[in-house]
Amino acid sequence: MKGMFIICRKELADHFSSTRFILLFYLILMVSLVTAFMVGTGLKEELKDVAKPTFVFLMLFTSSGKLFSLIQFIAFFGPLIGIVLGFDAVNRERSARTLSKLASQPIYRDDIINGKFLAGLITIVIMLLAIVLLISGLGLLIIGIVPGPEEIWRLIIYLIISIFYIGFWLGISILFSVAFRSMATSALASIACWIFFSFFVALGASVMSDVISPVDQTAAQSNPELIIRHEQTRSMISLISPMTLYSEGTTIVLDPLRKTTQSLLLMGPFERLSISRFQNPLPLSESIYIVLPHLITLIAITIVCFAISYAVFMRQEIRST
Amino acid sequence: MKGETVIETQDLTKVYGEQVAVNHLNIKVNKGEIFGFLGPNGAGKTTTLLMLLGLSEPSSGKAWVAGFDPTREPLKVKRVVGYLPENVGFYDDLNAVQNLKYISQLNGIPDDAALPKIEELLRQVDLQPDPKKRVGEYSRGMRQRLGIAEVLLKDPQVAFLDEPTLGLDPDGSHQMLELIQSLSRDKNITIFFSSHLLDQVQKISTRIGIMLKGFLVAEGRIEDLVKEKLGLEEGKYTLEELYMKYFKEGQS
Repeated sequence: MKGMFIICRKELADHFSSTRFILLFYLILMVSLVTAFMVGTGLKEELKDVAKPTFVFLMLFTSSGKLFSLIQFIAFFGPLIGIVLGFDAVNRERSARTLSKLASQPIYRDDIINGKFLAGLITIVIMLLAIVLLISGLGLLIIGIVPGPEEIWRLIIYLIISIFYIGFWLGISILFSVAFRSMATSALASIACWIFFSFFVALGASVMSDVISPVDQTAAQSNPELIIRHEQTRSMISLISPMTLYSEGTTIVLDPLRKTTQSLLLMGPFERLSISRFQNPLPLSESIYIVLPHLITLIAITIVCFAISYAVFMRQEIRST
Repeated sequence: MKGETVIETQDLTKVYGEQVAVNHLNIKVNKGEIFGFLGPNGAGKTTTLLMLLGLSEPSSGKAWVAGFDPTREPLKVKRVVGYLPENVGFYDDLNAVQNLKYISQLNGIPDDAALPKIEELLRQVDLQPDPKKRVGEYSRGMRQRLGIAEVLLKDPQVAFLDEPTLGLDPDGSHQMLELIQSLSRDKNITIFFSSHLLDQVQKISTRIGIMLKGFLVAEGRIEDLVKEKLGLEEGKYTLEELYMKYFKEGQS
């Protein structure tokens, strides 16, 4: 255990002083500042002379302003943070020939990989906390509305989900760094995974659902069931992607007015408006209840991912050559 | 040089797939000895070292290092054993003191006790604790010496050195050999080192073992082996002749 914390401390120091991390951090800082500003001013405009909705503060994180919302941003770039933190965790030590030396010190072998994972997670927590606090602070300044206790709880849950989401990508990239000797290979493999799950699954899902439950335009006129079934198949398949899991999960948690993870299909602008105006918000426990499967899946794949890299690392031969 | 046995193996075997890397190895090394472990590349020297350290699990057979079984109690072995891998690596963007400090932390040495010790060790291996100089800028010889300092950091009973003089210039390897000898002489550390630079082995070892294709073909004092194998008197041989004799026998 003690070895784990020493390794974790060393890794943290490495993370915070490495150039790529600093670059990434500034990028994210900049984007979240811009987002917060855009969304904040946009909201201010929108809310002028209108009765205030109940959860204005959370809209800072969910509404997309002119560019994109924070949720979309983290869903998209979060994986990159995880990958940057983990893709060379083990094979950098291997290629610098420090791994066999490290393993010959009186620590357990799993201390090495646990320490590295923990350091990555701590970095992610610090980063996300900084971003959320920054946006909150800026939002407070711009729209001048103080968050209620429930909003804060929702934010905390959102943070936890985001940590697991990025933690999943950290796990994936550490797995590749254990499996591949070369750092370039593990970086490429991680990025390939990211692109596959983030873009191709969404594309593939609609193709697959076209095959599984095809929609005939003329038949659909009389039988809307077809379209619904098609849409259900599509959303089922796209749940393979952690990105979908994450964005659906967090949207529900941060938006009390949303009651289903399904995108609201077959609904005109007026229905949409009436829903947003006259519906009561869900209590927090109900929101969580809706996305519980999403959350559990996300946490489970994170743990499975780390467990695999743990197992592979423990079995691997440690040789300097 | 007699006394308690520090390293002992009993039919130690390691199999990688089809290939037998180490085949029923039986070795005994006593306390304070400098044991030279010879053999061509790929003979199984490093594999043996890794098994003795508990970094690699033997396929069969047993080993004891400083009274512990490295497979069962790797932590206890690692606490009293220093290991200098072939081409030892360091964290290149840290300086020497930072590198050693990390290792001392992993060994549970408190920081205030570690710093004076690190400075002393660096002086002992003839390195300056210059905080601005990163280990990445070190020459090969300096890195090897830093490696020795790192091994000494935990006050080991046994030091495993894998090719400690490989790739060093004559001056550097001379310095290295002196250093190794002084460890055995002044600190009574048992040295188990692998090499294929025969004249160096001859210069410093008290006993040698020769390994070929996973088999230990000879073990003992150089003089005894020479007498037995070549029928020559002391002083009239080189280790090279002896080694080549074994090597040719092993080939056929």
